[in-house]
Amino acid sequence: MINLFKVKEKRKELAENANGRPPVKKQSAGELRLHKDISELNLPKTCGISFPNGKDDLMNFEVTIRPDEGYYMGGTFLFSFQISPIYPHEAPKVKCKTKVYHPNIDLEGNVCLNILREDWKPVLSINTIIYGLFHLFTEPNHEDPLNHDAAAVLRDNPKLFESNVRRAMAGGYVGQTFFPRCV
Amino acid sequence: MVSIEPSRSRDLDKLLLRPGNIVAPTFEAGAQLREDIKEYVRILVVGAGGLGCELLKDLALSGFRNLEVIDMDRIEVTNLNRQFLFRHEDVGNPKADVAAKRVMERVSGVDIIPHFCRIEDKPLDFYNDFNIIVLGLDSIEARSYINSVACGFLEYDADDNPRQETIKPMVDGGTEGFKGHARVIVPGVTPCFECTIWLFPPQVKFPLCTLAETPRTAAHCIEYAHLIKWNEVHSGKAFDPDNPDHMQWVYSEAVKRAELFGIPGVTYSLTQGVVKNIIPAIASTNAIISAACALETLKMVSGCSKTLSNYLTYNGVEGLHTKVTEFVKDKDCLVCGPGVLLELDTSITLKKFIDLLEDHPKLLIAKASITYRGKNLYMQAPPVLEEMTRSNLDITLFELMDKIPEDTIHATGLAGKGETKQSSLRKLRVVFKGLDGVTDVDMAGGA
Repeated sequence: MINLFKVKEKRKELAENANGRPPVKKQSAGELRLHKDISELNLPKTCGISFPNGKDDLMNFEVTIRPDEGYYMGGTFLFSFQISPIYPHEAPKVKCKTKVYHPNIDLEGNVCLNILREDWKPVLSINTIIYGLFHLFTEPNHEDPLNHDAAAVLRDNPKLFESNVRRAMAGGYVGQTFFPRCV
Repeated sequence: MVSIEPSRSRDLDKLLLRPGNIVAPTFEAGAQLREDIKEYVRILVVGAGGLGCELLKDLALSGFRNLEVIDMDRIEVTNLNRQFLFRHEDVGNPKADVAAKRVMERVSGVDIIPHFCRIEDKPLDFYNDFNIIVLGLDSIEARSYINSVACGFLEYDADDNPRQETIKPMVDGGTEGFKGHARVIVPGVTPCFECTIWLFPPQVKFPLCTLAETPRTAAHCIEYAHLIKWNEVHSGKAFDPDNPDHMQWVYSEAVKRAELFGIPGVTYSLTQGVVKNIIPAIASTNAIISAACALETLKMVSGCSKTLSNYLTYNGVEGLHTKVTEFVKDKDCLVCGPGVLLELDTSITLKKFIDLLEDHPKLLIAKASITYRGKNLYMQAPPVLEEMTRSNLDITLFELMDKIPEDTIHATGLAGKGETKQSSLRKLRVVFKGLDGVTDVDMAGGA
């Protein structure tokens, strides 16, 4: 319980001494946990990370993936990460900033990766997500499509899918859609 | 001394004017206590919504005189069924202002100061001014923020015992439909919000590919319109859930989607519910939970009875069920825990400090990364951050901590010995030696 006597004294004190400490920045528990995730990152050579707002803003960053095998070898794909103050209670918001012909990434940059939504758990980390994203490029999956057309081509005609991917990455049209060069 | 005269709240007097057996050790029954509560106790109510309206009324009727309320929202028509301090003509006005005014009109003598702003907009000192903070919130983020602010005032002595005068107690209420909770948080004594954040179930999130390919429910159609279709059509324009035009657009797209797949049940109110994650509020749940919170506040302030220990759940879904659970603190909690006390010389460099963490018997943290009040002093990885922070290694920690003689910093690294090393994030209480009697002003000029 509160000691009312002390409360009274404190009131008086406050009245006499109004200048407190300078306002300080509050670091949320989410930021601290993110600091841990980031300081423990162990990325393969194919993945890079950058912090557009400098070393003290870890809540917004970008990840670059350069697959060294599979359909997307040689391409460069940029992802933006936005982290909530209640991370890891809530999963990071991840968008693909590079327009890509991919069954699990739509043309708006939405990514269908289970651990970003329905299967996110607080024990997972930024490292896990980056590996998950990398995996999407080595093993694109026609069973969880966000780009319906790309998924159908991958399923029915992998050769055509491969040449579509090549064309898109080199900068060109697949069907009606133009993809900027990303190799 | 004040002479004993009957107050307008006779029942309250039964609690405050008579001694008892289960009272707190410091409890002193009498009219003086009643007057002191009026005179000296200052309470902040966070939130002026369903719980906030009830809380303000309950606290005002429980003998508290000095109340303040903070809320960033304006009154909407849909609030009126349960936020009983508001009338139709109040729609569009700030909740805090109207709630304060209405309670002051009805309960004479009570003084309520409204704050129509975000909780983050107030300086930390604002929160330190209250004896108890009572929370009537609906989000984890807001609770987590207030909790970190209140726990931020907590100081520990050299034996890791909380300093009584720095404890800022909170009473937290929450409701969701027919369910609710009321809890007492005494930082350093009972678990804080962060110690038990796992109590909150994760939000249900549908896989994006289900939304795009195989919708089965009305909610799937709404989330498709909200998460996928919106961006497709309004490239770059952010969706604003509080903009009725935006909500109407999502609703009409969801209807089209539902028709395409032959799914029934998409309505405007369901659209709002899914997009804003709204669960229908039940007025009586708010009333029950607020009453429990107000009573705990009174008990904590006066000591007239034992307080709730420490988490009450209420469930009115089938019959009625309540239970009190005593949760325990996480002793290593980054927010309310004492952290490891380190006494340091002002001359220690960041590099030496990092070495010291590896040898410290209570820590044994190898390869530590250090963060201080949102500034990353040193990062072991990734290489880009290591490079940006490397130059700090030869600077003294004292300087990097802005020459503040005593403060909290955090270290991440691999803890333990040999095979059993595991990653660890620790709170450290750094005290610089030999600074007694030196004022901040002197240090800024010297050293």
